[in-house]
Amino acid sequence: MLKVRVIPTLLWKSFGLVKGVGFDSWRRVGPVLPAIKVYNQREVDELVLVDILAHGTGDDPDFESVNDFGQDCFVPLTVGGGITNLAQVQRLLRAGADKVSVNTAAYENPGLITEIAMKFGAQCAVASIDARAQPDGGWLCFSHAGQTPTGREVADWARELEDRGAGEILITSIKRDGTMEGYDLALIERVAGAVRIPVIASGGAGSYGHMVCAVQQAGASAVAAASMFHFTEQTPAGAKAALAAAGIPVRKPYQPDRDA
Amino acid sequence: MKVGVLDYGVGNLGSVLRAVEALNVSPVLVDRAVDIHLNDCLILPGVGNFIDCARLLAQGGWMDALRQEVLGYDRPLLGVCVGMQLLADVGLEGAGPDDPQGTPGLGFIPGQVEHLSTLGCALRLPHVGWNGIMNTTPRDGLFAGIPDGTDFYFVHSYGFVAKDPADVLATADYGGPVTAAVRRGHVWGTQFHPEKSSRAGSRLLRNFLSGPQC
Repeated sequence: MLKVRVIPTLLWKSFGLVKGVGFDSWRRVGPVLPAIKVYNQREVDELVLVDILAHGTGDDPDFESVNDFGQDCFVPLTVGGGITNLAQVQRLLRAGADKVSVNTAAYENPGLITEIAMKFGAQCAVASIDARAQPDGGWLCFSHAGQTPTGREVADWARELEDRGAGEILITSIKRDGTMEGYDLALIERVAGAVRIPVIASGGAGSYGHMVCAVQQAGASAVAAASMFHFTEQTPAGAKAALAAAGIPVRKPYQPDRDA
Repeated sequence: MKVGVLDYGVGNLGSVLRAVEALNVSPVLVDRAVDIHLNDCLILPGVGNFIDCARLLAQGGWMDALRQEVLGYDRPLLGVCVGMQLLADVGLEGAGPDDPQGTPGLGFIPGQVEHLSTLGCALRLPHVGWNGIMNTTPRDGLFAGIPDGTDFYFVHSYGFVAKDPADVLATADYGGPVTAAVRRGHVWGTQFHPEKSSRAGSRLLRNFLSGPQC
């Protein structure tokens, strides 16, 4: 049976990990590499690493840093931030990324998702959407780390990304991000209902109960969180125990046979 | 022991190399088909799609070199993900009215590769995440110390349908049985990614590399 994944999101800016609220007021969290080592030792299900400064600079992603980060990562690593072309994806995969997440570039060049899916497989193309709830209901998508309105309605955009070949959608509520008030369940439900590919819930997780709701009520295939792992005592292992207690299948650490 | 990781133009090579290095084995990145014979055992990685991978294998002379070394000289081979799918006779990825025959694979393990939805899976695809292996063939060295139910990391939309069920080493359940590992003789394949399956994956790679075949 497929397990629901608990995914720490690591936002990275210049030399360290940061976390903000509503895509703003960034706080320093600490260095990147030790965090990845610890998560790897604790056998987290997967990691998402996003360079939040990379969008729109026109510079290449920081391949050398990704190479360092990948040294100690033996679980799937998704790398995002500033990806605009296939050559960058190839270099990231060689540096240790297993998937890439594309956000801003997908609005400017939607064909990029298709190109990545054709060349490296749909499983490699994680489409990231940052959405903001609108006063009149519904959600619109924003690019450039939540700063630039795109005018795209979230379900339409999610469907287009799926049609263009994305293998997963990472949906983040800009408003809930960093608040630890809980995921925007209606947003996640809207996206999960619009597509047939797996959807990763993001933005607002503050407790294990929020994660249970994202899976059971909103239909998320995986749950991502940053603040609750950075700033509270809660851990990915604790999250999995809580999910399991709620009847949700989670991955258990490897237990060798006696002959091991 | 020399472990060759085949670099034919696709794949998450960084991850595969590191997982082997973590076992204190120094892998060699093999980027020319003529160098295959310099290695004691081979790992064929793969992410991406079957057609591209098969085309790159053919273009680089890898198909012929692999057939010669693996079939002719019994060099052990482990295919991973699309690398496992390429062991089949044919991949139906991209097959349609224009191309009903599909794309030829290496043909080391008889069978074909089909979309999971045509195999009856009605769940979300790709099949992404950790899934437990089942029905593991008892005493196959690849799964030594790895009990049924152990979770491995899968990410794929196509499945290997082996002609001979005896070639299937393990399955997983995702809207129906999914082939998780295959073996015929000294050719192994895993649909999941051992290099990204943490300690369980590390154990499996160690099993492959420390087996009598390598």
